[in-house]
Amino acid sequence: MDFTLDAEQVALRDAVRGLLGKSYESSETRRAVTKQDPGWDEKTWAQLAEMGALGLPFAEADGGMGAGPVEVSIVAEEIGRVIAPEPYVEAVVLAGGLIAAAGTDEQRAEILGALSEGTLVPVFAHNEPGQRYSEAGAGVTATKSGDAWTLTGVKEPVIGGARADLLIVSAAVDGGTGLFLVKPDAEGLTRDGYATFEGGRAARIGLNATPATPLGEAGDQSGVIAKVIAEAQIAYGHESLGAMQSALEQTTEYLKTRKQFGVPLSTFQALTFRAADMYVELELARSVVTWATLVLLDGGDAQEAASRAKLQVSKAGRHIGKEAIQLHGGIGMTAEYSVGHFTSRLTAIDHTLGDGRHHLALLVERLDDHGVIEPLP
Amino acid sequence: MRLQLSDEDVAFREEMREFFTTKVSKEIRDTVAARHELTKEQIVEAQQALNAGGIAVPNWPVEWGGKDWTPLQRHIWHEEMQLANVPIPLAFNAGMVGPVIAAFGSQELKERFLPKTANLDIWWSQGFSEPDSGSDLASLRTTAVKEGDEYVVNGQKTWTTLGQYGDWIFNLVRTDPEAKKQAGISFLLIDMTTPGVTVRPIELIDGGFEVNEVFFDNVRVPAENLVGEENKGWDYAKFLLGNERVGVAPVGATKRSLSAAKDYAKTAGPGGTSLLDDPLYASQIADLENELLALELTALRVVAHSTDGKPHPASSVLKLRGTELQQAVTELYVDMGGPASLASGAGPESDLADWNKVSTPYYLNFRKASIYGGSNEIQRTIIAGTILGLRG
Repeated sequence: MDFTLDAEQVALRDAVRGLLGKSYESSETRRAVTKQDPGWDEKTWAQLAEMGALGLPFAEADGGMGAGPVEVSIVAEEIGRVIAPEPYVEAVVLAGGLIAAAGTDEQRAEILGALSEGTLVPVFAHNEPGQRYSEAGAGVTATKSGDAWTLTGVKEPVIGGARADLLIVSAAVDGGTGLFLVKPDAEGLTRDGYATFEGGRAARIGLNATPATPLGEAGDQSGVIAKVIAEAQIAYGHESLGAMQSALEQTTEYLKTRKQFGVPLSTFQALTFRAADMYVELELARSVVTWATLVLLDGGDAQEAASRAKLQVSKAGRHIGKEAIQLHGGIGMTAEYSVGHFTSRLTAIDHTLGDGRHHLALLVERLDDHGVIEPLP
Repeated sequence: MRLQLSDEDVAFREEMREFFTTKVSKEIRDTVAARHELTKEQIVEAQQALNAGGIAVPNWPVEWGGKDWTPLQRHIWHEEMQLANVPIPLAFNAGMVGPVIAAFGSQELKERFLPKTANLDIWWSQGFSEPDSGSDLASLRTTAVKEGDEYVVNGQKTWTTLGQYGDWIFNLVRTDPEAKKQAGISFLLIDMTTPGVTVRPIELIDGGFEVNEVFFDNVRVPAENLVGEENKGWDYAKFLLGNERVGVAPVGATKRSLSAAKDYAKTAGPGGTSLLDDPLYASQIADLENELLALELTALRVVAHSTDGKPHPASSVLKLRGTELQQAVTELYVDMGGPASLASGAGPESDLADWNKVSTPYYLNFRKASIYGGSNEIQRTIIAGTILGLRG
């Protein structure tokens, strides 16, 4: 049992932190970037690629770095620390993960190679109007005619969907949910992009007999979807940890420096106790999220681990996000000041791939499977 | 990073599991599982069984019966003991006075007391708190005045847990009334049969007599019973309280208790139905399990990263959240019982389940957990001050 990063992992963290710290040295830089489409900085994305960060989880044969979930978690956490708007979890962990898990040799080499190089951004088009956190994509139907497949239906909100170079669309097939590659300029496809509250981007993707290529086998891929979603949920946990850490640091700093009634706010116990509780929540969340990544590394039950991480992060993120604003007072409400942006991002992540309540319900289903929970294998 | 224990630690865990489930009597373990109060004899018997196996005081120096274990191994020892319903060695002996005597006592004091302390041949009580001191321990007023080769002790201690069983009591006493408050305190060992020592039990809200007041009226104590140097007692107390952090979050016991609650829940609903089918109970239990997982993993992070005896900063989280969860589980029992939770005094003719009868006294009793050992407000002060750097 070991919860520390090795020297190479520390070097990776420092490199990513250095790069993102320069790209987003202030919340003003981030605001400027998120105000314009595509909502992130293409140069920073290219630099992440150059550093090898985008290819981390993929096999070297597919153009990646052959690293594992711990390395991915390091990058995700640094993304969260400055709430960089680059779609790391969305493109690399989620879309890239699906391609790595389900794609043919050719699909993997072609798409993952380009993703690793930063020249192609794929996203997963999975959410549907009227659905919540389903793993099925039943609202889009796949039809086969001869050897050709077409898709019809609507996906929304598709995170990063307006800028994406390639869509991986989930759709109902015989016996379950299949995965299809769709080019954004394909016939019958419409996309309407919009900004989300935290500076991100999403889109409505309309599909009307739109030509599509099966990703890997043209059949039920729900097992793959569930596994990759679990990986992304855990990566989002790390992104949240970074954001929570920054929100706490910023709040602590503010309490030390901001004066009211002639004294620093840190002289008021009512406030310092609340900051202490934020720290408690952060450390507990860090423990579960780190554990979940190690469960992935270990080949354990990723879905249960992901639900546990998501639940803990949901509670911690809400607590820390709300308290960070409250302890700042009015300044925390302003868009010019960054602390509220952390809260916004934490809220967005919470409602991506299942919030705390959703995951708690999944854990309830397993309640009777065990006596005590044993965290170590 | 790696989740698996080393082969050595896995073997160690197995060895502990085997020991705790075979070397401590089933009767004692069943008493703990049923959350009934242990008798003094049972507590002594359990500790002596551990001591016979050489694992009652692993945190002591090896010379005095300790083990050269890693912090992780000590954690495993502690958790497995609780999961097996084995009472942990008496904290006053194993965790408090023993390490202080071993670290600061004379050779004579060590030889005289340590073997008997490890084996619970002497039952120690703790004489720290006083009626007006509370968490502000250093404000204590009990005095010890040197007269020849004796100290004459006058004053009063309170919250002396299980003092009614005590053979000896270790005290913080004021030996220099002129010095500023921490500087004039000494650490003194007192035989509780000495004339002038009176123990008066205090009834608590659960109806039990777990704590006591101890009065010292011109009690004459041989000067050789002073531990270490005069007026250095505060340093020894800080050392002792620092040790107390280890295993301060009772994760194993709370996990076991929650798992038992889940079993009881299966027939606790109306007409013997399962409360696990009630979404509010089910989600509360699942949520508590997750919080306990978070706590246990935090404890593992702390032990994995404790080097040279310096605790990981997150260790303050353990006491704070550990006691909150411990209390939350006791509250769950009361809620699950509903009206049956009123039946604390029911006898053998009662139709109600045994766990119903103990649940409310237990819940009330465990309000103590967030108060003792540095109240949870003290823990928040520590986190805010030493970790976040927020100092008033």
